[in-house]
Amino acid sequence: MIRLLDIQKTYDNGTKALKGVTLNIEDGEFVFLVGPSGSGKSTIIKLITGEEHPNAGRIMVNGYNLNSIHPRQIPYMRRTLGVIFQDFRLIDKKTVGENLEFAMRAVGASTREIRKRIPYVLDLVDLSQKEDRYPSQLSGGEQQRVAIARALVNNPDMIIADEPTGNLDPQRSLEIMTLLEKINELGTTMLVVTHAKELVNRFTKRVIAIENGRIFSDETGGYYKHEEI
Amino acid sequence: MKRYNFGYYFGEGFRSIFTHGLMSFVAVFMIVACLLIMGSFSLVALNLERELGNLERDNEFLAFVDESYTREQAMELQSRIEMVNNVSGVSFTTKEQAQEDYAAKYASDQNAALYSELPAEVFRDRYSVHMEDLSLIQETIDAVEAIEGIDGHQAAPEVAEGFVLVRNVATAVAMILIVLLLLISLFIIYNTIKLGTFTRREEIAIMKMCGATNGFVRGPFVFEGMILGLFGAVVAFFCQWGVYALIAQAIETGETFQLITVIPFGEIWPKVLGVFAGTGLVVGTGGSVMAIRKFLQV
Repeated sequence: MIRLLDIQKTYDNGTKALKGVTLNIEDGEFVFLVGPSGSGKSTIIKLITGEEHPNAGRIMVNGYNLNSIHPRQIPYMRRTLGVIFQDFRLIDKKTVGENLEFAMRAVGASTREIRKRIPYVLDLVDLSQKEDRYPSQLSGGEQQRVAIARALVNNPDMIIADEPTGNLDPQRSLEIMTLLEKINELGTTMLVVTHAKELVNRFTKRVIAIENGRIFSDETGGYYKHEEI
Repeated sequence: MKRYNFGYYFGEGFRSIFTHGLMSFVAVFMIVACLLIMGSFSLVALNLERELGNLERDNEFLAFVDESYTREQAMELQSRIEMVNNVSGVSFTTKEQAQEDYAAKYASDQNAALYSELPAEVFRDRYSVHMEDLSLIQETIDAVEAIEGIDGHQAAPEVAEGFVLVRNVATAVAMILIVLLLLISLFIIYNTIKLGTFTRREEIAIMKMCGATNGFVRGPFVFEGMILGLFGAVVAFFCQWGVYALIAQAIETGETFQLITVIPFGEIWPKVLGVFAGTGLVVGTGGSVMAIRKFLQV
């Protein structure tokens, strides 16, 4: 569950990224966050993951109050989130299995837990046969599925996908978005930041549109209809 | 620390050493070089300290007994002199013995006959007083002279002061060198680990994004530093052993340094190994903790 209340964020260089953003995302929701470059989408993600702090306003993420959170608690807050990036950010010198193991080790999982969880998650993203491959031996779509598996492997409450289809062709993009929808149906809250208009229009989900640091459209059950963005 | 984390830290730290093989080699080489230089200076200082200690122990002053005291009265003073602070040993010499010693000392002199004919009455009963700390010679003389029955002394405080000066200079030079070399080692290991963290900054960012605590991220790097530091210390220890043995052999067999006695390495190796291992660990761990700090702010 995410609560942003009247958030304002100005960077040190004077850029006003957010000018009073308020939004709520409930558990189990699938939400698209759309908007042009520089509209404030990335800032929202950074605020949710605790990389940045707001100048004003209140933020709650999965029960953690980020306005008063102790720095030592931030890792534990992040364990409730899984993050997917446009450029996959896989470790090239580790195999698919080792990439997932790496993410589980990071939260202190035991070898037993790792051995049990990784096959399940790889099966979910349909990569069971590629556990021993290196990222360079996989296609872009497969690499992004590894990244999704990595985001899922610690069983987070919510997945944040930052332009997950930005580097993929339309067919692979659709596959990835369908996979994210499937994961959402299994109970994980999904926040997808994207530019892909056609893709958003193919899914009947809640779409939050942001421009110039302000939310100007938030339509539950609607689709991405603001062609001017 | 969880048991399985320990294995992970060790494995990752060990793997990283080979991943950054050249830098690891440079770090170990520099640690060995620094420890070797530091160790050599320390061992020279230690030997010098021991040698000076021996000379200090040989250094004594004479406290003369009042001539009006009978032999029995004179001998009773020994226990009182022994109670004086800084006195490590006292030996009584009768005036007859002193006369014999004097004659023996100048036996080869051209006027030997003259010296040997001196009557014992010219001499006085005396105590040879040895001290623990040569720098307190004047205070000790004053305290011994304050004892009733002691009448005068013979000492060479300038020799004692010379010893103290040499020892203090040697200790100061060794300390400065040790601190300097420690800082150099720390700087080198810091840069080695920093390079490692820089090439792995993406991994660190991913770990942080997955919810890794700073301690967990730091773990493998700290272990890497510890392994490098310890390995460097062990290599340096064996090198030091070899160098020390060679120098000791040269001193023992050479004619120039016949008066110098070198402490056998067998007597000091546990200390050397302990200090090297401790220094290696501190430098390795400290360097890595400093190097990783910047990359944890994600």
